[in-house]
Amino acid sequence: MLQVISLLVENRPGALMRVTGVLSSRGYNIESLTVARTLDPTLSRMTIVVDVDPNLRRQVIKQMNRLINVLQASDLTESPAVARDMVLLRVRAQLETRTAILKEAEIFGARVVDSSVEGFALEATGAPEKLDEFIDVMRSYGDIEVTRSGMVAVSLETKKLRLSPPIPTKGEVLKVPDTNGVING
Amino acid sequence: MYLSRDRQGAVTTYERAVPMSNLMSGAKMLLECLVREGVDCIFGYPGGVTLPLYDALYDHPLRHVLVRHEQNAAFAAEGYARATGRVGVCCATSGPGSTNLVTGLVNAMMDSIPLVALTGQVHSKLIGSDAFQEADTFGISRSCTKHNYLVKSINDLPGIIHEAFYIAATGRPGPVLVDIPKDVFQAQGHYAPVSSIHLPGYKVYTEGHTGQIRRAAQMIWEAQRPFVYAGGGIISSGASEELRQFVEFVDAPTVCTLMGLGALPSRHPNFISMPGMHGSYAANMGMSHCDLLIALGVRFDDRVTGRLSAFAAHAKVIHVDIDPAEIGKNRVPDLPIVGDARRVLGKIVKVLQKLAPAEAPRNAAPRKAWWRQIRAWQQEHPLLPAVSSSEIKPQHLVTEIDRISNGRAVVTSDVGQHQMWACQFIRFDEPRLWISSGGLGSMGFGLPAAVGAQLARPDKLVFALVGDGGFQMSIPELATIASQGLPIKIVIMNNGYLGMVRQWQELFYNNRLSGVELECFPDVEKLGAAYGIPGRVIQRPEELSPALNAAVREPGPYLLSVKVSPFENVYPMVPSGAAVSEMVLGPPQPVAVPK
Repeated sequence: MLQVISLLVENRPGALMRVTGVLSSRGYNIESLTVARTLDPTLSRMTIVVDVDPNLRRQVIKQMNRLINVLQASDLTESPAVARDMVLLRVRAQLETRTAILKEAEIFGARVVDSSVEGFALEATGAPEKLDEFIDVMRSYGDIEVTRSGMVAVSLETKKLRLSPPIPTKGEVLKVPDTNGVING
Repeated sequence: MYLSRDRQGAVTTYERAVPMSNLMSGAKMLLECLVREGVDCIFGYPGGVTLPLYDALYDHPLRHVLVRHEQNAAFAAEGYARATGRVGVCCATSGPGSTNLVTGLVNAMMDSIPLVALTGQVHSKLIGSDAFQEADTFGISRSCTKHNYLVKSINDLPGIIHEAFYIAATGRPGPVLVDIPKDVFQAQGHYAPVSSIHLPGYKVYTEGHTGQIRRAAQMIWEAQRPFVYAGGGIISSGASEELRQFVEFVDAPTVCTLMGLGALPSRHPNFISMPGMHGSYAANMGMSHCDLLIALGVRFDDRVTGRLSAFAAHAKVIHVDIDPAEIGKNRVPDLPIVGDARRVLGKIVKVLQKLAPAEAPRNAAPRKAWWRQIRAWQQEHPLLPAVSSSEIKPQHLVTEIDRISNGRAVVTSDVGQHQMWACQFIRFDEPRLWISSGGLGSMGFGLPAAVGAQLARPDKLVFALVGDGGFQMSIPELATIASQGLPIKIVIMNNGYLGMVRQWQELFYNNRLSGVELECFPDVEKLGAAYGIPGRVIQRPEELSPALNAAVREPGPYLLSVKVSPFENVYPMVPSGAAVSEMVLGPPQPVAVPK
């Protein structure tokens, strides 16, 4: 079953690799993955859709939470959340179908972002299943080209973000054994 | 001379001639941070890109131990870490140096050993260009480490080093790798001591939930047949004393896993043995018949549980672990407690003591019956070493080591039959004496681990008990042992086979022995002589005891090859996929000797 995981991660090199590593080491194939910075530029929000064995879902979340760069990993699959996907679609439109295509686009709330003699470029956002339907409908009008953004999701529950405070290091006291001269040379 | 940090009390505060904030190279800065982290010794192997580091080491008080293979640098650092509880440090060059570390890193990961691995990387400008001795160490080590870093600027270096040590040592310990390009070693920067680090996403839960602890104490009182299953977490958290108080207060039978041997003294009356695939009958029957399993710092490894669905099937489980991801990974506990074993056990004992007057008598009779049952199982099928007058039985060898050690020596081992026999018959009176590759099961671990352990514990007698297979994987380290003058007693259990694989081929593959015979084992006397280490081969049972005594009397290292009966198998044994209660107690029929 598809699982939707939302993560807040530090915006650092390797952070994405660590997160996907938890999935790829178990042989899970990622359906979609989106990453972008949050309001705080040092952090990124990631939404991953992945087919995980239901028994292992909690384990996967725990293993992600264990990663040092991950501030919070949560499973949105069964919690109240809004999920959206965006599709950019080019459809070849003959003169006689152009009006029909625009009508259909309107039904799905899609916007025309480009129009030419060849056809239209349309932009639609919505729940992923809705967009599947939209793509199916457009396919019935002729050749299409589709790019999807992958799912972005936001939880409707407020989850308290628990962060660790700064930790003092052992940097202050300098104790070195007394040596006379070279010891490794 | 070995420089002990403060064990001999010969430590002086070292005043630098230079001001606290000053200009220095990245390599010097790195050493400065290591010293501040209390490192007194690193295990390494130099190379092209670590030249600036080795130049800085030339006249630095930090001791560098030159191993003969990078894998053994990691293993030696693990031996050091496990013998002391401090972070072990190893270093290697880029490319082949860092790829050779991989086995050691995974080993440390599996056994939760605090380790910091420092690797050199090619010049920042060359990264990604397939430069000479370039490997994507950061990518390769991602899955082998608790965390890893690629240092991109000298300004980040001190902070990263302190973070690496903090991450390695805290929570569930593990290896952390820091990959440092050559130009960062060479760069000059102003060093100011780092006073704090910030890891907002790194959470360590040590205290344990108070309500859960109270409920655990209640469950422990209510249990009629409690059983303690203690593992490496007890040793990592230094909870041996708390464990002893706990099992004495509860009066529960206790097993220690391979990683946990020594957590409770082997001579303690409550100690049963190691459980699992080659555990004792009483240990496995106890696990199968208890009504409350108290799992402390363990991970329900398949070698312990056997068939998981049948494991402790009638028991409620309390699982204490510092790593939340371990809770429910294999067995879903009835009561999880995320916390440091030492803190949690201490708190449970306090709650138990408060409850004691009212609760203690309630289950007194069933508990007595439970102990009678445990003792009956112990008597029914005790772990008895096989002894013969015509040949040296491998069990005889480990009991002789046990006799000399008397619970006090450090014993390191490789992986296989000798390791299992050691677990069955060698007693450990304190933690951090038994050092063996558990989760990963890496052959060739014993000898380099002994190097680290002996350096860490110059006061201890150290046995490296190795098989003839694993020994041949670690022969280069004889040079390290000889050059460092480490008085390690290397005992080779030589049966001429890869014994454990042979045992499985015999039992499960119709005795078709394939690729397991170790022909051409070197002449140990000549081999030892080549390194300047006294060596001896024995094969008569009456020679065993005097030869071991002589080895221990020798002031320096000693190499003793003991030819043991080649077809001895480790029993009891839980066949893979079987429940632990379905263990096989001895050979099914007289063992056929193959051509």
